[in-house]
Amino acid sequence: MSMLSVRDLTVKFAMRDQNVTALDNISFDLGEGERLGIVGESGAGKSITGFALMNLLSRPGYIDNGSILFEGEDIVQKSESQMRKIRGDRIAMIFQDPMVTLNPVLTIGQQMIETLMAHRKLSKAEAEQIAIVKLREVYIPSPQERLRQYPHELSGGMRQRIIIAIALLLDPDLIIADEPTTALDVTIQADIMELLLELCQSNKVGLILITHDLGVVSQMAERTLVMYAGRIIESGPTREIINDPQHPYTQGLINALPQQTLPGHKLKQIPGSMPSLTTIPEGCPFSPRCQYATDKCRRIRPEIVKYGPAEVACHEVNRLHETQSEEQSA
Amino acid sequence: MSTLSTNTEISRWSKIWNSNMGYSFRRNPVAIVSLAVFIVIAIMSLLAPLIAPFDPYDPAQIDIMNSEYPPVWVDGSDPQFIFGTDDQGRDLWSTILYGTRLSLMIGLCAVALQAFLGISIGLIAGYVGGRIDSLLMRMADIQLSFSTLMVAIIFLAVTQAMFGSETFNQYAIYFLVAVIGVAEWPQYARTVRATVLAEKKKEYVDSARVLGFGPLRIMVRHILPNSLSPIFVISTVQVANAIISEASLSFLGLGMPPSQPSLGSLISSGFDYIFSGSWWITAIPGVVLVVLVLVINLLGDWMRDILNPKLYKG
Amino acid sequence: MLAYLVKRVFQAIAVMFVISLVGFAIQDNLGDPLRELVGQSVSDEVRQQLRDELGLNDSFVKQYLRFLGNALQGDLGTSYFFKEPALDVILKKLPATLELVAGATLIIIGLSVPLGVYTATRPNTIFSKIVMGVSIVGISIPVFLTAILMIFVFSVGYGWFPSYGRGEVVHVFGYWDTNFATADGWMHIILPSIALASIMLPLFVRLIRAEMMEVLQSEYVKYAKAKGIRPRRIYFVHALKNTLLPVITVGGVQIGTMVAYTILTETVFQWPGMGFMFLEAVNRVDTPLIVAYLIVVGFIFVVTNTIVDLIYGLVNPTVNLARMGA
Repeated sequence: MSMLSVRDLTVKFAMRDQNVTALDNISFDLGEGERLGIVGESGAGKSITGFALMNLLSRPGYIDNGSILFEGEDIVQKSESQMRKIRGDRIAMIFQDPMVTLNPVLTIGQQMIETLMAHRKLSKAEAEQIAIVKLREVYIPSPQERLRQYPHELSGGMRQRIIIAIALLLDPDLIIADEPTTALDVTIQADIMELLLELCQSNKVGLILITHDLGVVSQMAERTLVMYAGRIIESGPTREIINDPQHPYTQGLINALPQQTLPGHKLKQIPGSMPSLTTIPEGCPFSPRCQYATDKCRRIRPEIVKYGPAEVACHEVNRLHETQSEEQSA
Repeated sequence: MSTLSTNTEISRWSKIWNSNMGYSFRRNPVAIVSLAVFIVIAIMSLLAPLIAPFDPYDPAQIDIMNSEYPPVWVDGSDPQFIFGTDDQGRDLWSTILYGTRLSLMIGLCAVALQAFLGISIGLIAGYVGGRIDSLLMRMADIQLSFSTLMVAIIFLAVTQAMFGSETFNQYAIYFLVAVIGVAEWPQYARTVRATVLAEKKKEYVDSARVLGFGPLRIMVRHILPNSLSPIFVISTVQVANAIISEASLSFLGLGMPPSQPSLGSLISSGFDYIFSGSWWITAIPGVVLVVLVLVINLLGDWMRDILNPKLYKG
Repeated sequence: MLAYLVKRVFQAIAVMFVISLVGFAIQDNLGDPLRELVGQSVSDEVRQQLRDELGLNDSFVKQYLRFLGNALQGDLGTSYFFKEPALDVILKKLPATLELVAGATLIIIGLSVPLGVYTATRPNTIFSKIVMGVSIVGISIPVFLTAILMIFVFSVGYGWFPSYGRGEVVHVFGYWDTNFATADGWMHIILPSIALASIMLPLFVRLIRAEMMEVLQSEYVKYAKAKGIRPRRIYFVHALKNTLLPVITVGGVQIGTMVAYTILTETVFQWPGMGFMFLEAVNRVDTPLIVAYLIVVGFIFVVTNTIVDLIYGLVNPTVNLARMGA
């Protein structure tokens, strides 16, 4: 049985006139120690998925339907105080921007120790010892001193390391990392990712990595979900998705990678932009931007179905495959 | 031609009516009632000379024998005087109408002066920047660290002592507008400056500069419109505060004289009689003052919620 | 830290200098010290001689420097009315005013923090709505009107509290008599303190609520929730500490405003403090007393603002005091 099993998860936002669907019938599984990448443009519903898994959606968002089975128990049904026991302990979260994630008026030590003491019966001294050990694990020099410092005294990369250390404090089963390096300097992004990967592997922690960067996913995750306008449009082993993408949108994403473009040529962009949640078209949400779209695509929303080792939500996936192999052989 | 202009007029009104602001206004009974009450008070006080049965400034119409009649719903009243009379025998209803007019006028003029000073200084500080900016903002800090009321009390007290009550009373209204108006400019200046700094970075300002528009034109035509919503929100609060300040100063005898009373001075003159049972001289103008300030504050609150501008804090 | 301190103190001195200039200008132009000394029935010759002796014919700068020198030694002139050093007159009245401010401050701090936090964290409860409704009415009633209303209801109407004066006070030391030592003293200070707090309290409740609501939307509060921290700790440690930083700045200015409001409260309750005294001095054109009041109040403003700025720097770890001094 998988550690995390999400079924038909639907999240809505209560608006003035109507309720807007932000996540539409999402289902996926995650095994113990497995690493999953969730990829998509901003606004596709990646972050909302992350917060929904923590049952931490802020108003006006709410879980409308579906279940999130974590170690056999449904998170959606849990009370706030039961949820609090899971957050930070069994499931930890790494936020996007380390510059605003840590509380500016509390020391690093206070913010680490409070997390430990919220979940375990420990003395302050014991908690401090654990904090120091974890800071060492993320290669923070002179951890004792760091505990007395305030966040603003540390660099962004250092802060994100500390946030990773906080995530590991209670040896969680799952870490949800929401774009953990987007706010950082390009030069240290790779370091942080490498650190995260190394720690997840050595501690056998499951990871859900939310990112817009397919390149990062290819290095970090065993499996990948591609999201578009609040739905999963393709999922499967990362290697398959990178090497043999089925959905036209995924193909577009991969073609747009700089590595796929010859020097001196323009990056291949997907024409148009993702619809906002209030203006999602009938039928396949990607159809207005899709060069293969048919009448059926514009009328009927495709269900996600098995296709080889992956799952794809596209009516035209068969035809697509044929024409593309023809193109390649030609 | 005239039909055309009325048409655009109508469409502008319907535009406002159907905008976000209009929508929330229609759905907010508190805002509707507040605006209605404010308009009624404003119109009645504006038309005071037409509505009031007596002229409280005309000594020929005042008879000391009429003093301290209670309102009509209390025993021993005179039906001539709906709200009774004050200690000098003036009709309280008429005096309140005239007094409200004074309070409202002083409040509005003082805020107009604040806004003019503050917006000009804020625009200059933000646009010119550098030393002038830091000097002006340091001045604003210091000015803000002194309470307006304190500055006003001392200024008016000294002025009164210097010129004597007679002359002071004659010009009291100008002194009040000046002192309340000058003391509060930093509120506007800081907010406007912050907007200018934010807008200055944007491209349209650069392009306006490249097109050769002068700084004054850029500031007034391009930058100022972007600070309108915070200015609007500040102004409502400031009008309410200015009316309270004026009332407080007049209550202390440092504002409008009893011969030409604003609401504050009316309450003050009534206070001496509160222990002898003539509560209405204090209570009725007190209620009018509170209602007036309250509806302005409620409108300000509603506007702050809708426009939600980034106000300068601190 | 030291550089910041020095800079802040320097600014305070500069402001005090301006205040002293204003004070001197008032003294120079308001009233005639000679008439207060010798009356009207003196010949012009004697008058001129006296002016010379008193140094009133000296240059402006020379007279100002003398004024400043005396002021620095605590000599702010002699009250025309009390025939006592003006500073002494004020210092005798100061404790009454400070106790009033202290009473009001206690009420404000004691109530504004819990009410502000409650209304921010539970904005939709009936109690929150009542608090917000009362608070907007509160800021719409001028202090003097609240004071009158309270006298009317609780003194004249029910007779629960006395309506004027300080009542029985107990001598502490120097010029300090306190209200807080006897039951009668407490009864006398309750209404004036509430009246003085009446406009500031709703202001602070609304300020704390607004700041708190903003802080509760922040990433670090979300993060604290994601760590499984209890709401109580999130509200009172994570959020409140960040909320109070801007509140401290505003609070500093409001202490000064409260001194201004004491004039109103003291007038209504005939509280024998320095605000009440000041208005009497104005009516008597007691110039030295007016000037002394201006300088003492200016001093209080400058000192409280400087202290508040320093506290802000100490409480807020992101303010690097050393860098701010540069």
